[in-house]
Amino acid sequence: MFDRDRWQEIFETIRKNKLRTVLSGFTVALGIYIFIILFGFGNGLKNTFREFFLDDADNVLFVYSGRTSLPYKGYKSGRNIRFDNSDSQEINASLEYFIEYYSPRIFSSGIVSYKSESNNYSIRSVGPDHQFIEKTIIMYGRYINEQDIANKEKYAVIGRLVAIDLFDSENIVGKYIDINGIAYKVIGVFQDSGGDNEERQIYTPYTTQQLLTKNTDIIDMFAVTFRKELGHAGAIAFENEIKQLLKEKKFIAPRDPSGIYVRNLADQLKQNQQFASVLQTIVGIVGIGTLIAGIIGISNIMVFVVKERTKELGIRKAIGASPKNVIGMVLQESILITTISGYIGLFLGILTLSGIGESLEQYFIKNPYIDLNTGIFATIALIVCGGIAGYIPAKRAASIKPIIALRDE
Amino acid sequence: MGKSSLHVLKGINIEIDEGELVAIMGSSGSGKSTLLNILGMLDVADKGYYSLDGIHIKSLNEKKAAQHRNDFLGFVFQSFNLISYKTALENVALPLYYKGMGRKERQKKAMEILDRVGLKPWAKHFPNELSGGQKQRVAIARALVSEPKVVLADEPTGALDSKTSFEVMELIKEINKEGKTILVVTHERDISRMCKRIIRLKDGEVSEDIILSNGSL
Repeated sequence: MFDRDRWQEIFETIRKNKLRTVLSGFTVALGIYIFIILFGFGNGLKNTFREFFLDDADNVLFVYSGRTSLPYKGYKSGRNIRFDNSDSQEINASLEYFIEYYSPRIFSSGIVSYKSESNNYSIRSVGPDHQFIEKTIIMYGRYINEQDIANKEKYAVIGRLVAIDLFDSENIVGKYIDINGIAYKVIGVFQDSGGDNEERQIYTPYTTQQLLTKNTDIIDMFAVTFRKELGHAGAIAFENEIKQLLKEKKFIAPRDPSGIYVRNLADQLKQNQQFASVLQTIVGIVGIGTLIAGIIGISNIMVFVVKERTKELGIRKAIGASPKNVIGMVLQESILITTISGYIGLFLGILTLSGIGESLEQYFIKNPYIDLNTGIFATIALIVCGGIAGYIPAKRAASIKPIIALRDE
Repeated sequence: MGKSSLHVLKGINIEIDEGELVAIMGSSGSGKSTLLNILGMLDVADKGYYSLDGIHIKSLNEKKAAQHRNDFLGFVFQSFNLISYKTALENVALPLYYKGMGRKERQKKAMEILDRVGLKPWAKHFPNELSGGQKQRVAIARALVSEPKVVLADEPTGALDSKTSFEVMELIKEINKEGKTILVVTHERDISRMCKRIIRLKDGEVSEDIILSNGSL
């Protein structure tokens, strides 16, 4: 293996047979390269998925109200249930043990304008905790705080894209915008990993919104996070507690499936994780498929190379090369070529992936990457298989009687 | 490669002494190539006794056979069988590589032999830059470089014109004069007459075995 003469002989063979060397090297490099790229794209797809579905806090419960479907305690069915501030207070008071963050939500939309620019945006009127529930990231200024709620301030926290739409710049804290004819002071600009839609939202204090809509205390829904240490079972228990409490308070039949709806992200999270693992499996299959294609490619080349060299190997045997000698030479050459070109493919693949970065985001491929161990494993697999693929025909060639090999014109 | 056997050689009993120059003649199918392959340890006889330099050659494994070929035998082929991507010098030096000789020593010895066959100026040329006669001389040099006891030549002049053929045969004769045992398989009468002994095969048997007085009739 470390015989200097052997290496000299191999380098000479490689130097004098450039086409063959380049061809087999190219096959290996291409195989690894495609593997890296496809695997990386798969990972990019996973990244996108993660961002789409897993961006909110995963311990969130969204609680909605609706129409009842059963009569109860003298109330007819079909009654429209609405939440108000007293519900908020009661939930916070009696389920304090479970709750991490709590925020009411009131949905509205409106024409928002600044000087001559105006556009329609949806507005969420929320409490201070909402920042943590939605994982909103403040870029400039601040989020809504308790004092804003108490004072019913006409303050707005606007999405990054709203700022760009209206002001052509992001840092516009302190400016005034007009929402449905009422002036709001912009106290903060945020970004959100949930995508463009999230970044076109406007947040205002829910008390301000209630004041503006005839001073009601109605809220549309609320979002609440439970303490993570409660786990999945705790989440289900929490969900049941909320339902029970609200049904009692609103006189809804305990068995009524309507009236109160709870969307528990814990269940959804489980589904999403299952989907992610399916995606992972698909990526894995694509990767293995590519690798197998690469292995078949290099095997073909090796069979061809040995076939092409049958006569040469016959000559070598006739002038004194032992079968071991012949096999060793063929193998060492093929392993040398596959190793070098394999690592070239690996390197180029990783380089390409890091070059792609965010540029394919519109095709749902974000930050494609491959972890180096996977890449190295693939390369080694290809080298080993290339070696085996070379060994079999080499062994056959070495066992052919030289006279037959020589006759093979 | 079938299972049914075909008797190619039937009872050949010959003895060749050291220093002989023997032509093996016969029409195609007479078994001369098979005989040469057995003598060259490229093929094994089903039955019979073959001893080379006092060593019984029978069912040697591949490794041993390779070793013996390297030690005892040099081959010259009709189609030269030079390795196309190696220069004349490298082709000649290759058997020495398989003998385990060092690179410098190899080159030096190969160059000596090339000089001996008159091709020193062509040492750095590739086979496709050489004429047929030159190629065969390189092949002869390669057969000689490992100092074999016996040189086996299978139709060495088969691909050459008559003038070149005679030149190559002259070279073979000279080498024989230096003491090497040489077997030449040929079907050309002119060529066989330049040898010292002619063994004629017919249907796998020796039909004639004559010794020529001085290498030409």
